[in-house]
Amino acid sequence: MPIVVGYVPSPEGRAALGRAIEEARLRGRRLVVVNASRGDALVDRRHASAGEWESVQQQLSDSGVEFEVTQQIEARDPGDQVLDVAQQTNAELIVIGLRRRTPVGKLIMGSQAQTILLEADCPVLAVKAATS
Amino acid sequence: MDGINSLIEGFGTALTPINLLYAFLGVLLGTAIGVLPGIGPAMTIALLLPLTYTLEPTQAFIMFAGIYYGGMYGGSTTSILLNTPGESASVITAIEGNLMAKKGRAAAALATAAIGSFIAGTIGTLGLALLAPVIVKLAVQMGAPDYFAVMVLAFIAVTTVLGSSKVRGLASLGIGLLIGLVGIDPTSGQQRLTLGIPELADGIDVVVVAVGLFAVGEALWVAAHLRRSPLEIVKFDGASMNRKDWSRSWKPWLRGTAIGFPFGAVPAGGAEIPTFLSYAMEKKLTKHPEEFGKGAIEGVAGPEATNNASAAGGLVPLLTLGIPTTATAAIMLGAFQSYGIQPGPRLLDTQPELVWGLIASLFIGNTILLALNLPLAGVWAKLLRIPRPYLYAGILFFASIGAYAANNSTFDLWLLIIIGALGFFMRRYGLPVVPAIIAIILGPVAEEQMRRALQISNGELSGLYNTAFSQVVYVVIALLLVVPPVVRAVRKRRGGDSDNGPHGLVVDDQPLHAHANQEGL
Repeated sequence: MPIVVGYVPSPEGRAALGRAIEEARLRGRRLVVVNASRGDALVDRRHASAGEWESVQQQLSDSGVEFEVTQQIEARDPGDQVLDVAQQTNAELIVIGLRRRTPVGKLIMGSQAQTILLEADCPVLAVKAATS
Repeated sequence: MDGINSLIEGFGTALTPINLLYAFLGVLLGTAIGVLPGIGPAMTIALLLPLTYTLEPTQAFIMFAGIYYGGMYGGSTTSILLNTPGESASVITAIEGNLMAKKGRAAAALATAAIGSFIAGTIGTLGLALLAPVIVKLAVQMGAPDYFAVMVLAFIAVTTVLGSSKVRGLASLGIGLLIGLVGIDPTSGQQRLTLGIPELADGIDVVVVAVGLFAVGEALWVAAHLRRSPLEIVKFDGASMNRKDWSRSWKPWLRGTAIGFPFGAVPAGGAEIPTFLSYAMEKKLTKHPEEFGKGAIEGVAGPEATNNASAAGGLVPLLTLGIPTTATAAIMLGAFQSYGIQPGPRLLDTQPELVWGLIASLFIGNTILLALNLPLAGVWAKLLRIPRPYLYAGILFFASIGAYAANNSTFDLWLLIIIGALGFFMRRYGLPVVPAIIAIILGPVAEEQMRRALQISNGELSGLYNTAFSQVVYVVIALLLVVPPVVRAVRKRRGGDSDNGPHGLVVDDQPLHAHANQEGL
């Protein structure tokens, strides 16, 4: 029963990762970090670059929790990809980062967070970036 | 000084609000498509060709020229920030530009590219204004055999100089000439290659061919290679240069202009070779040789100035002889033909308002481009985040509308799909698209000149080479075919130092972005 975290290279994503590490330590569970992209745009802000992905793994091994990382490019929305990983690993909790979105922005672009919140079979912990 | 007077009148045409608007639209669109790899000015102008049914020629060409220039600016942004050339002319820029960006000098690289493009574009356009009337005076004396010789030179240059394989270039040229032959023979009135299909008797519309090869072919290619790791974009803020950058940039700008303009003006296959030459020259002349290969500003300033100067140079043969040297110029020639205007030495006399308005609008467009690109580079880079399915769905939509509007017949839509499939397989098997498109548009014109020359000489073959000018051109063609293999053979015997030059870098770069380079300019 691992904890799944959807990682995005942004303040929200890093907040989610930090919180997920805490939860994993607290509950003594394995942590699965997912970085998903549709891979159909030339540049995708959600995709962690090699350097960033390395520093994430560094942070994870420093934290001492048992972890697993997966970076995937599939023809589905990143939200669905995170849900799939959660289902396959029979996750106990999904941790995601939330950012402020305008209603119009959500209408046009959709919201990965909303997909995960509505469709997950397990509890979802949504974290906001620290405001400073 | 006719040129200057006519140019001032041209500004009168270009500065009307409606023409300014089209110039602005053109450069805006040009920059946007320049930023996006795989979509170039040739494809965009092809997609917009149906506009020629409703727009005044002056306005249409002002917009097309804006797209042509704008594409050169936009291409450098992608090269520098993403290490993927947005245009084939920006391949060289990517070498030093991306290294500069990775060192945190993206702002300076973007600035030197934009300002260099502006200076080279302005000088190049001035060169066009001064040179065009002179060439026209010489060109009126050219006869049919001379024209035919120059067109053969253009065909040979574009096939042998561009791309890695001459055989593939020739195959592509053959495909283009074949498609250009379809329809009624203008001299004898016989139907050729129509396969008994009545719709083919009028020939294949240039919109259908151009849009099929570029837009549909590219869309199919992208669809087949859609999923890939997103690229890493270098973070940057704005575009600006310090005093040292200025002092290191201005000489490469001027040298780049001097190399690019003549190369654009002769039929030698576009901007790839002069940008490479400019890079090699800057590498040799620089006072900071240690920085080359680590992000030297001269390596961005020179090639970027060169590609804009060659864009200006490329308009010289198009407007004075009616001979395109790049894919974009070929499509613009197609646009002229769809207006029933034949570009050539008489264009300046018959359409002075169009030509000089166009040239004046290039000056204006260049200035707008500088204003658009210096502060807004970051905005343009955001275009790269558009998921490509959205982009190509839009392109296919416009492609279909354009093909249908050509003759209001669904037959053209089938033709579009067939030619699109052809375009896909040409990309798949590494055949460059540029020779095909130039052959399709220039082929029928070349045939007409050849037939005319042969009619004058009563069918004697000597009619094709009985003028001094045509003989000189055929000698040049022979040299073009013979010299490069000889040079290569000699170099190989000396121990092949050709592997470690900057050319090696470019060749390394090509498999990765091979299809982005196919469109040419």
